[in-house]
Amino acid sequence: MNLYNLTAHELLDQIKSGQISAVDVCLAFRKRIVDVDGKVKALVRLTQDAPHDNGCPGLFPIPIAIKDNMCIRDVETTCCSKILKGFRPPYNATVVEKIIEQGGVILGQANMDEFAFGSSCETSCYGPTYNPWDLKCVPGGSSGGSAASVAADEVAWALGSDTGGSIRQPAAFCGIVGLKPTYGRVSRYGLVAFASSLDQIGPLTKDVHDCALLMNIISGYDQRDSTSVNVPVPDYTASLIKDVKGLRIGIPKECFIEGLNPEVETSVRAAIEVLKKTGASVVEVSLPHTKYAVAAYYILATAEASSNLARFDGVRHGLRAQPSTPRKTPIVDMFEETRYRGFGAEAKRRIMLGTYSLSSGYYDAYYLKGQKARTLVKDDFDKAFESVDIIVTPTAPTTAFKVGEKVSDPLSMYLSDIYTIPANLAGIPAMSIPCGFDRNGLPVGLQMVAKPFAEETIFRAAYTYEQNTTWHTKKPVLN
Amino acid sequence: MNKNDVRYIAGLARIHVPEDELEEFTKNLENIISYVDQLNELNVENIEPTSHVSHLKNVYRPDQVKPSLPQQDALKFAVESYQGSFKVPRVIE
Repeated sequence: MNLYNLTAHELLDQIKSGQISAVDVCLAFRKRIVDVDGKVKALVRLTQDAPHDNGCPGLFPIPIAIKDNMCIRDVETTCCSKILKGFRPPYNATVVEKIIEQGGVILGQANMDEFAFGSSCETSCYGPTYNPWDLKCVPGGSSGGSAASVAADEVAWALGSDTGGSIRQPAAFCGIVGLKPTYGRVSRYGLVAFASSLDQIGPLTKDVHDCALLMNIISGYDQRDSTSVNVPVPDYTASLIKDVKGLRIGIPKECFIEGLNPEVETSVRAAIEVLKKTGASVVEVSLPHTKYAVAAYYILATAEASSNLARFDGVRHGLRAQPSTPRKTPIVDMFEETRYRGFGAEAKRRIMLGTYSLSSGYYDAYYLKGQKARTLVKDDFDKAFESVDIIVTPTAPTTAFKVGEKVSDPLSMYLSDIYTIPANLAGIPAMSIPCGFDRNGLPVGLQMVAKPFAEETIFRAAYTYEQNTTWHTKKPVLN
Repeated sequence: MNKNDVRYIAGLARIHVPEDELEEFTKNLENIISYVDQLNELNVENIEPTSHVSHLKNVYRPDQVKPSLPQQDALKFAVESYQGSFKVPRVIE
C-alpha cells in the first residue's frame, strides 16, 4: 500500500500519530502525478504549494485538486477556456481561502469542460481528460479532471462544481464519491459563474468519511456571496452512522426508464436491496415532471450562462482579438472577434441558445415556461419528501462512454445528466457513491437525494451502504 | 430556426459566426430547440415561475467603507491600460 492510495482520513490519522509527515504525503502525491498524469491528463496546471514545514502544520495538510473555475490568487484560472488564458485572479475564492486556512496543500488545478459546459471533459481548451478505469473512455464532466485526479490517486480529494450533475456524474464514471450540497450551503464567491441559480461547489472524495470532512471545511455562510444561506453547519462526521433503521427511502417509479443501461439498473436495484437489508424501508414515489427537467434546464442554464458570460468581451483580462478586415465598428468587431476566437463550439451554442430564449418574442415561450416547469419539478420533490427521507436513483443512465462518442451530438450528451439535473432545479443536496461495475469494469454510481440542508441524512445512508459493500475500496490499474 | 435567425442571435450575443459555420450551428440549435419544445405538453397556466430556490430576498449589508482592490492590482493583468483605466478600441466614430 502506497501513501497515495490512502483516503484523507487515513492520512490524517497517520500524520497525527506521527507515523508520517505532511511533507511525506505531499511528496508521495507529487510523484504519483508525475507517474500517471501523462496518461490521465486530469490536471491542467500544477501549483508550487508545499505543506508548512513547521510552526503551523494546519489541521488538514492534505493534497487537493481545485477545479479550474475557482479563483486562486495570482495563479492562472481559466475555466479551461481560451478566452481566459492569462487571467490571474487578484483574490482567492472563499473555498480556496478555507482550504488554505486549514493547511490544505493545493497540488494542481483540475481539467473541466470549458466553463463547465459539458458532461465528458472533452470541451476543455487543453484537450480531454481520460478515465483512469479505461483510458479510452471519458471521466464524465464537467468536473472530469477533479474526479479523475482522485480516482487515479493523484490527490487525496478535490473540489468541483455542479450545475446539472457536474460533480455527481464524473464521480459515478470514476468510481468515487461526489456531493452537490444544498444551494446556498457553500459559498460561491470566487467561483466563475455558469448558471447562478443552479451552481454549487462540492467535494469529490475516495469515500463518504472524506466527503463529510471536506464538507466541514468548505460549508458555511459567507457575506461575500449573497446567495449563501446563514444556516448553522453541523459536524458532518457525526452523521457517519452505520445504521439506517427507520429511514424511509423513496424510489421514483419514473427512474427505471428506457435508455437506462440494464447493467446500471441491476447494480442500482442490488444497492436498494442492501439498504433494505440494513433496516431501511423502501417505498415507491412519483416524480412525474422529472422527464421535463432536462428541457427546462437547457433553457434556464443557457439563459443564465448567456448573461454571465457577457462579461468575457476582451475589455479587461484574458484574450483580445480584432478581425483582419473591419466588419462593423472597431469596438463591436473587437467583442465579436474575441468571443469568436475565445469560446469553443459548445460555449457558443449555449450562449446563442440562452440569448435566443431571452430574446424579444421568445421569452414567454421558452424562458418563462422553463421557470414554470422548474416549479413543477420542485413541487414533485416537496411532495415526495412528505413521505420519505431520501430518494435513490441511478446517477447516470450509463457507465463512462468512449472519448469522441458524443461530441458531435450535443443532445445525446445532455441526456447523460437526466438523473442529476432535477436536484439542481430544486436546489436540494445529492450524492453519488460507487455501487458496482459493468462487465467492462467501469464503475456505476448510485445517487441519493434529500431535502434542503439534509446532507446529514445522505451521509448516514451513504455511509451505511458503503460500510456494507466494498466498491469504494477498488482501484483502477494505471501502471 | 434558419441561418438568418442564427445570424441575428449571434449578433445579439456579440459572437462572430463565419458563413461556413452557420449551417452547423443552425442544425445543432434547431435540434436542441425541438427537444425543449416538449415543454409545450405541460399545462403551466396557473403555475408560478421559479427563478431561484432559496427563500432569500433582498439581501442587504451595512454600507461601510472598507479597503478594496487597489487600482494597480485590478489593472495588473489588463490587456491594455491607459492612465489607470482599461483601454479599448474607439467606441464613438
